[in-house]
Amino acid sequence: MSGDHSTYVPSSGVGKWVDSRLPLPRLMHDSFVSYPVPRNLNYAYTFGGILMVMLVVQILTGVVLAMHYAASTQMAFDSVEKIMRDVNSGWLLRYMHANGASFFFIAVYIHIFRGLYYGSYKAPREILWILGVVILLLMMATAFMGYVLPWGQMSFWGATVITGFFTAFPVIGEPLQQLLLGGFAVDNPTLNRFFSLHYLLPFMIAGVVILHVWALHVTGQTNPTGVDVKTKTDTVAFTPYATLKDALAMVVFFVFFAYFIFYIPNYLGHADNYIQANPLVTPSHIVPEWYFLPFYAILRAITFNIGPIDSKLGGVLAMFGSIAVLFFLPWLDTSRVRSAVYRPWYKVFFWVFAINAVFLGWLGSRPAEGWYVTASQLSTLYYFAFFLIIMPLLGMIETPRRVPNSISEAVLSRKNGGSGQPAAAVSAPEDRA
Amino acid sequence: MKKLVSGLLSLAFLAGLAMSGAAFAQEEEHETPHYPLHKPEHVDWSFAGPFGHYDKGQLQRGLKVYTEVCAACHSMDRVAFRNLEDLGYSEDQVRTLAGNYEVEDGPDAGGDMFMRPATGSDTFPAPFANPEAAAASNGGAVPPDFSLIAKARAVERGFPNFVFDIFTMYAENGPDYIHSLLTGYEEAPEGTEIPQGTYYNPYYINGPSLAMAPPLSEGIVTYDDGAPETVEQYSRDVSAFLMWAAEPHLEERKALGFKVIVFLLIFGTLLYFTKKTIWSRIEH
Repeated sequence: MSGDHSTYVPSSGVGKWVDSRLPLPRLMHDSFVSYPVPRNLNYAYTFGGILMVMLVVQILTGVVLAMHYAASTQMAFDSVEKIMRDVNSGWLLRYMHANGASFFFIAVYIHIFRGLYYGSYKAPREILWILGVVILLLMMATAFMGYVLPWGQMSFWGATVITGFFTAFPVIGEPLQQLLLGGFAVDNPTLNRFFSLHYLLPFMIAGVVILHVWALHVTGQTNPTGVDVKTKTDTVAFTPYATLKDALAMVVFFVFFAYFIFYIPNYLGHADNYIQANPLVTPSHIVPEWYFLPFYAILRAITFNIGPIDSKLGGVLAMFGSIAVLFFLPWLDTSRVRSAVYRPWYKVFFWVFAINAVFLGWLGSRPAEGWYVTASQLSTLYYFAFFLIIMPLLGMIETPRRVPNSISEAVLSRKNGGSGQPAAAVSAPEDRA
Repeated sequence: MKKLVSGLLSLAFLAGLAMSGAAFAQEEEHETPHYPLHKPEHVDWSFAGPFGHYDKGQLQRGLKVYTEVCAACHSMDRVAFRNLEDLGYSEDQVRTLAGNYEVEDGPDAGGDMFMRPATGSDTFPAPFANPEAAAASNGGAVPPDFSLIAKARAVERGFPNFVFDIFTMYAENGPDYIHSLLTGYEEAPEGTEIPQGTYYNPYYINGPSLAMAPPLSEGIVTYDDGAPETVEQYSRDVSAFLMWAAEPHLEERKALGFKVIVFLLIFGTLLYFTKKTIWSRIEH
């Protein structure tokens, strides 16, 4: 789908002058106007655009917040309260930024699950997928460090717990943790470097997003059938079709976003973060933000030693492994059929995986005691088994349903009431690649 | 798409089932009590809901309760006197009110600190010089600052309430908790041992009892607007006041939110029909 769809014709003299020197308007036109997208994309495919807008929202609100924020343990909490009380519309900026992080993750999780469902990670989109996982990791680092900045109780103790993971690694663990903290405990140097990195990482995300979109525009999008684009009739122009669909989805997404900002702005936060950080008082129950809870549950599920690996290191490895496994997904899935629509068994395992992920999130919010531990272990087992056992095996033993010959055929057969045959006759044989 | 939606719905349903089962099992298994012993009671606050607004009369009464009772131990060092104009006081009234307080200023030309009457830009002076002094005067427990207390206390809602809260727009955990705590003191039931110098309160978030004695009693504050001078009324008024202290821009936030959402809905509807028209040109 790359290459020859450029329909850009500069109309003005200035346009021609620019086009022959730096064809940036042509790049924009080819990427967001004439770019062909499969005609059968559903609303699950609108989250990429939503994520781009969320990144811009986070950067814009963040830059203004940084103008009023003071990264010092003595002043951080006060400066945030100053923003909330005295800065013009400061409360709006801060609530947008804090809830924006949550909605960024809501969108990215839907985006990832859409990729899992429709097999978006499979050849030839391996690099596209891997870049996406890199973005996810950068987002997690950014969000974690951002949560430390208000210097509330959960900021401080969350940072203490999470940086404590690094001590689990033998030999390099403690020096690594001290490098990260700039000392032996979370303190002023930690806050300063977290602020610096929290400002830096979003721009790195933006950079990787450009690569991600570039890779996307080389391979083209997948679509719910998983069948490659074969003819021009399989696609529609990005503008107006995708533009309008994305815009509609974005506005609906923004209604939910606004509802949280304006009516329940603290719903997704923790009350303890309105108490200034106090290294001498440990909260009774330290929990990370909701979007880290599934990984937190995996961390705590490893309560036993595995050979030379003690339970602490085991937990940390399992937690990092739960993300790292995503890098290998393109090669773990052995099925030749891309979309879950035509994979009756994968579909079942996929939805169990999705429920399991939500359940893990809930377990992460519970104290690590009683039956929660066992449940976390079973859920963690399924999480890894899904990627490491089910995906490779299922591809070999599953009998997929008949995949349509083309996107156009799938679209027309749906219009004509489901039976694939008439549509197959309609699609002209000479059009098939 | 439909399949995806129905899939998501069944996912939510199943997750719900799993969690309610889980919550049930938890109840049975745990012998050690979870605090608070009683969940906070819900009060019908004027500032709840999409059109919520503060009741200025109530905030003024709450201020009176705070200054005459709570302020003896609890600071409120993020609220300035000028902020009290939100409660319906004029600039002059605020100046007079602030003038009742003395704050330390300086150093002067001679290098000495001095006391002067507070002005609108000063915050409420703290009752103790430092946390150590506060702890020493209060049996070792520092009375928490009140500027943010209404947002800094939230009793865990548990499943499925935390899901319903999204739809009911429940964000009054703080004032509900404060009100329940203030009105919830009672005799410790037989056989309950509580540390000496603490007072049994099943609504307390961190244990069976707390170091603060019941602060309110009938008639302790005189109201001049005819509101009943009961513990119940005092407690409601001061809880509402503390919510305002913690979230002074709440009314502005909710009013703006309504406009934003109405705009988004109208814009979204227009987009929907535009999109429909454009896409009707092709099979998809």
